[in-house]
Amino acid sequence: MGSFSLHASCLAKHNLPWSNGCSQNLNSLRIPALQQRGPGFLSRKASKILAFYGLKSPPYALDALEPYMSKRLLETHWGEHHHGYVEGLNKQLEKNDILYSYTLDELVKVTYNNGNPLPEFNNAAQVWNHDFFWESMQPGGGGMPELGLLQQIEKDFGSFTNFKEKFIEASLSLFGSGWVWLVLKRQEKRLEVVKTSNAVNPIAWDDIPLMSLDTWEHAYYQDYKHDRGKYVNAFMNHLVSWHVVTARIIRAEAFVNLGEPKIPVA
Amino acid sequence: MATSTPPAKLELRPPPYPLDALEPHMSQNTMSFHWGKHHRAYVDNLNKQIVGTELQGKSLEDVMIRTYNKGDLLPPFNNAAQVWNHDFFWDSMKPGGGGKPSGELLKAIERDFGSFEKFSEEFRSAAATQFGSGWAWLVYTVNPRPSDGKELLVLKTPNAVNPLVLGYTALLTIDVWEHAYYLDYQNRRPDYISIFMEKLVSWDAVSAKLEVAKSRVA
Repeated sequence: MGSFSLHASCLAKHNLPWSNGCSQNLNSLRIPALQQRGPGFLSRKASKILAFYGLKSPPYALDALEPYMSKRLLETHWGEHHHGYVEGLNKQLEKNDILYSYTLDELVKVTYNNGNPLPEFNNAAQVWNHDFFWESMQPGGGGMPELGLLQQIEKDFGSFTNFKEKFIEASLSLFGSGWVWLVLKRQEKRLEVVKTSNAVNPIAWDDIPLMSLDTWEHAYYQDYKHDRGKYVNAFMNHLVSWHVVTARIIRAEAFVNLGEPKIPVA
Repeated sequence: MATSTPPAKLELRPPPYPLDALEPHMSQNTMSFHWGKHHRAYVDNLNKQIVGTELQGKSLEDVMIRTYNKGDLLPPFNNAAQVWNHDFFWDSMKPGGGGKPSGELLKAIERDFGSFEKFSEEFRSAAATQFGSGWAWLVYTVNPRPSDGKELLVLKTPNAVNPLVLGYTALLTIDVWEHAYYLDYQNRRPDYISIFMEKLVSWDAVSAKLEVAKSRVA
C-alpha cells in the first residue's frame, strides 16, 4: 500500500525510473500513499457521482495499529466516517463551479471564510483532518522525538515531559467533538498545543500543524468507550509518529525561520 | 432542631426504568456506559467544581443558568447542563415508546408544523444535521411570542447548550453526542434517530410537560 520500491540495479545504471531500462519497475512502482489521488479507487463502494476527491488510505494496513487502535475501529472510522466526508464533499462540489477547482488546502481555507464557514467547510476540513491524522500515526509509534525537533520542543515547552502533559491535558479538557494539535505558529515562530472544535483546523489561520489527535468520540469509542484518558495515553506512547512530525517541521522551516543555523566559527 | 439545609451535593438520578428496559433499541450496554459512566462523571465533576463556592447547595437549574452567564460560559456550565440534559433525555424515553402523540399535544403539533409527519421530518433532520456533539429539541415558547404565533419549535444545540438557558421550555430531546449511539449504531446516526422516534419517545412525558408549560402561562 505505501512502499516506494525500485530495484537497486536500476538505480546503479543511473536510469530514471520511467526510462526504458526500468520500465518493468514502473509497473511495480507503488506511489507512496501521500501522493495517491484519484476517483476513489480505494473506496469499497462505487461512487455514482463525479468524484473530485478520493478517499486516501492510511499509510499502513487497517490492523497495523493493533492493539492500540483496532482494525474494527479503523474500518468504521476510515471506511464510514472519513469516507462519508469525502462523499459529502464531492456531492457539494458537483454543484459548485468555483470551489471544485481548488486544492484541498485552498478549499479548507476558502470555505473557513474567516470564521463564518461556508457549507462545504465541515466536509472539506474533515477530509483534510483525517488524512493528516492517519499520517500522524504509525505502527510502533510513540517514544520520543530526536535531534532538532526535540530541541525545538524543549525550547518552546521547557521539556518533552512538559509538552506531553500539556497535550494530554488539552485532549482531556476538550469538551464535545474536536482535535488537539501540535502546531508551529507562523507569526510567533514557536510550537504550541492547540485545541479546535468540530472540524476547525489551524491551517485556516495559516499556522502549520505538525501532528494531531482526533478527540471526536467516534475516534475511540469502540476501543476505549468513555475512557478518553486511556486512548490519549495509547496515542502518545504507542501511535504518534515522530518521524512524520520531523519531516513536517523540516518542511515548515522552509517557510518559518526558527533561528540562525549554528555555523561553526573558523 | 436544625432547619433543612440544601443538599451538600447533587446526586445522579437513575432513569425511570431499568437499564435493560429499552432493549433492543437502546442496549443495556449503552445505558450502563451512557448513564453509569458519562452521566455519572458529569455529576461527580460538577460537585467537585462547585464545592466550597457560592454555587454549592443551589439547585441544578440554578447552577446551570448562573453559569451559562448569558453565553459567556463559566467552567461548571458544561457539567451542570449535561447533568440536566441527561436527566431530561431519560425522561423523554420509555419502554414501548414511539408511535404518535394524541390530544392537545397532537393538536398543537398539527397546528404549528402542519402535520405530525412534517414535525417528525423536521425533528429528525435537526438531529441528523447537528454537526459534532449536541442535542435536538422540541420546545414550547411564549415569551417572547414568535411573530408567526407558533408555540412549538424544533431546535438543535451544540455540546451542552439547552433551550432552558435560551429562554424556552423543553418538551422533548434526543442526545446526538456520539456516545449516545455509537455502541449500538456506530456511525449510523439516522438509524438511531429513526428508532428513537419509532420505538423510544415517550409522548406521555412530552404531553405532561406541555400541560405544565401551558399552566404556567395561563
